[in-house]
Amino acid sequence: MSEILVGLISGFIFGLGLCLSGLADPSVVQSFLDIAGAWNPALLFVMGAGLTVTLIGYRLVFAQGRPLWSQRFSLPTSTAIDAPLISGAVIFGVGWGLAGYCPGPALVSLASGRMEVFVFVTAMVTGMIAVQWMRASPAALPTGLGQG
Amino acid sequence: MHPFLSAVIGGALIGFSVVLLMFLSGRIAGISGIVGGLLPPKLADDWRLRFAFIAGLLLSPLILTAVAGFNGIGAPTVGFAILIPAGFLIGAGSALGNGCTSGHGICGLARLSPRSAVATMTFMAAAAVTVFVMRHVI
Repeated sequence: MSEILVGLISGFIFGLGLCLSGLADPSVVQSFLDIAGAWNPALLFVMGAGLTVTLIGYRLVFAQGRPLWSQRFSLPTSTAIDAPLISGAVIFGVGWGLAGYCPGPALVSLASGRMEVFVFVTAMVTGMIAVQWMRASPAALPTGLGQG
Repeated sequence: MHPFLSAVIGGALIGFSVVLLMFLSGRIAGISGIVGGLLPPKLADDWRLRFAFIAGLLLSPLILTAVAGFNGIGAPTVGFAILIPAGFLIGAGSALGNGCTSGHGICGLARLSPRSAVATMTFMAAAAVTVFVMRHVI
């Protein structure tokens, strides 16, 4: 029960943040990325505020030793800067530039009821499943791509 | 509201949500990771939390519209011919690189993870080059 409550509340606040930040508007995102054009720095403020709150908040939370409603912190253990990380980031960045949506804003934008967004999210989920499936059967991949 | 002010408030809310999720359940609030755990081949053990997070995310613009009369959602700037491959690339890239703008760009950077710093700089650069090519070359 507490799991569902935590998810709902944090997801809701995250979504409100996305709505206010401008990230749910692809034209704002693309004008932020367009450093050679009429550059719109608004997303720097989003990242600056988000990072400041998280940097301080994480310090305070980690100082507690463990989360309030869970046995331990579940943090990523990989530290490798490897081919999957870099190639994944490049592929992600190209898609982000092309459409102006990253995963959170794409999901939030479903509320607009636009067919384009439904199709976009379907394509995104398909891409996720394709890679997760490949990684689950490492024999199909060159070495190193099976874990991350 | 000035767009920079709403950007600061929006960013702070995102940060607050990220911190809250870590404080209560010890989890990283990376959207691609949260969604990925709900998709094949294997449903994550904490699927209830993930499902509820996505439900909260989807509810937020509806409630914001009901209360404040706006939701900040903009129209797509490109057609299906671009949206479909772009969506696939974002999904595949974030799954391969273990994170997106939230997981690497906020959570990872705030943990001072070199891995996330490299990922964030890489996807920012790739996105900027893509927009440059779209707007100024083609």
